[in-house]
Amino acid sequence: MAKILIVAEHSGGKLNASTAKSVTCASKIEGAEIDVVVLAASAGEVAAQAAALQGVKRVLTVENPANAEPLAAVLAPQIAALAADYTHVFAPSTTFGKDLLPRVAALLGVGQLSDIMAVESPYRFRRPIYAGNAIITVEAPQDKKVVATVRTASFEAAPQGGNASIEAANVSVELPTHTRFVERSAATSGRPDLQTAARVVSGGRAVGSAENFKIIYSLADKLGAAVGASRAAVDAGYAPNDLQVGQTGKIIAPELYIACGISGAIQHLTGIKDARTIVAINKDPEAPIFEVADIGLVGDIFQVLPELEKQLG
Amino acid sequence: MSKILVGLKRVVDYNVRVRVKPDGTGIVTEGVKMSINPFDEIALEEALRIKEKGGATEVIVASIGPADTQQQLRTGLAMGADRAILVQSDTPLEPLAAAKVFLKLIEKESPNIVLLGKQGIDDDNNQTGQMLAALWNRPQATFASKVELDGGKAKVTREVDAGLETIEIDLPAVITSDLRLNEPRYVKLPDIMKAKKKPLETIELASLGVDATPQFKVQKYEPPAARSKGIMVKDVAELAAVLKQKGLV
Repeated sequence: MAKILIVAEHSGGKLNASTAKSVTCASKIEGAEIDVVVLAASAGEVAAQAAALQGVKRVLTVENPANAEPLAAVLAPQIAALAADYTHVFAPSTTFGKDLLPRVAALLGVGQLSDIMAVESPYRFRRPIYAGNAIITVEAPQDKKVVATVRTASFEAAPQGGNASIEAANVSVELPTHTRFVERSAATSGRPDLQTAARVVSGGRAVGSAENFKIIYSLADKLGAAVGASRAAVDAGYAPNDLQVGQTGKIIAPELYIACGISGAIQHLTGIKDARTIVAINKDPEAPIFEVADIGLVGDIFQVLPELEKQLG
Repeated sequence: MSKILVGLKRVVDYNVRVRVKPDGTGIVTEGVKMSINPFDEIALEEALRIKEKGGATEVIVASIGPADTQQQLRTGLAMGADRAILVQSDTPLEPLAAAKVFLKLIEKESPNIVLLGKQGIDDDNNQTGQMLAALWNRPQATFASKVELDGGKAKVTREVDAGLETIEIDLPAVITSDLRLNEPRYVKLPDIMKAKKKPLETIELASLGVDATPQFKVQKYEPPAARSKGIMVKDVAELAAVLKQKGLV
């Protein structure tokens, strides 16, 4: 029977929604027993949130001042030690999980499956390659642990209402001191989180400047939406890197995605193809974004967006 | 002698629209343009800049692949690398096996820094650098957007979901590049001529004693599900009406 350990992602005492999505992915494996491990300086609040997720059997806590920041080199040996009791180890395919889990896999001497988007059996999964231009079905060996990151846009968050037990786990491994956290500059916009928002308004190269990006923020605020950006807009310095949507940025699945002045490079489309409804506004009627949009409008974003805000008044 | 080892993967060019073979056994690569993985090109550019600022004395580019991979290594030499190593293998390696091969190269070359791209744009795995750092038992700084060397340490700014994160690592270490680390230089014709004279060593994969047997079996390749064609609206009023009617706003 599958015993799955999910590595919780959290910050500031809050469990990241990517963890609840990983739980849903794990629950697609029939009869699986799902545990979540919280590594932190102080794990209480986060453990309680993880214990409330339906489908979770146990929450393990590993409290250590060294776990205050998610440094892969520090966390990996602890997770590798805990993995002994499990058949599967999952983490979300966010920058947290992408950084951490391959290090865990290598310590365990096994390969890793990245970005699993569907579970076909305990050892067979589907995942995208070539920026989502192809989907492969991959079989993992049954005599080895399955170490995998979960493509969070492919799964809903596990619902609340669970009542898992919380246990402190004993991990005695030597932790390296060769990697030290210095600082994090988090954008605190007060807007919804891009990765979990139901609505996203995104701007591309056509926005033209950081100053002009205010028309994107303005519409987003009107809709209670998160703000995103294409790689071109981020590269040009119009928007910060954490807003980038696409192959190398964030992969998102909102109910509504409004692409403003985004041409629709394949690398960008990879990041939005699970959006329920895509709206594209672009001056160029030939822009590839219109091929995937559910609703398209050919027009100048500087006229359309303020007008749209008014009409939605 | 302070060396930087840079990994260059040969991949289908960034601008090629990749297609799945009709029989689902793979990706169409016949007659398709191949290039250096874009993230690896950024990694090499960073290595060259570090050397130009006096932070290293030699930049070595290395790749694992078929004989044709010499083309990508020559491009790396033309960009400014001092020499190249090709670990020849006609079958692709999984990231763990690739990391084991790079560990062998580390044992041979003792680099101070190993710079890799954060992911190959073919398999999108994003694993090799992290695995190598684990096997080497050294620090990793993934998704780097800024690298500052300070004696035996490096301060690396990383692109993370929450914004930017800075960590300090002891060297030697593995650093993987993100998109905004730098903009790679263009190769000039005289550099291409010069690159032909630079040393390119070929090593047979089998001679390294690395178990490169794949762990995973790809059972089939499929094109992604297509999104159904949408509608075009003529003006903002119609857009607003459709959004309201669908309950989206």
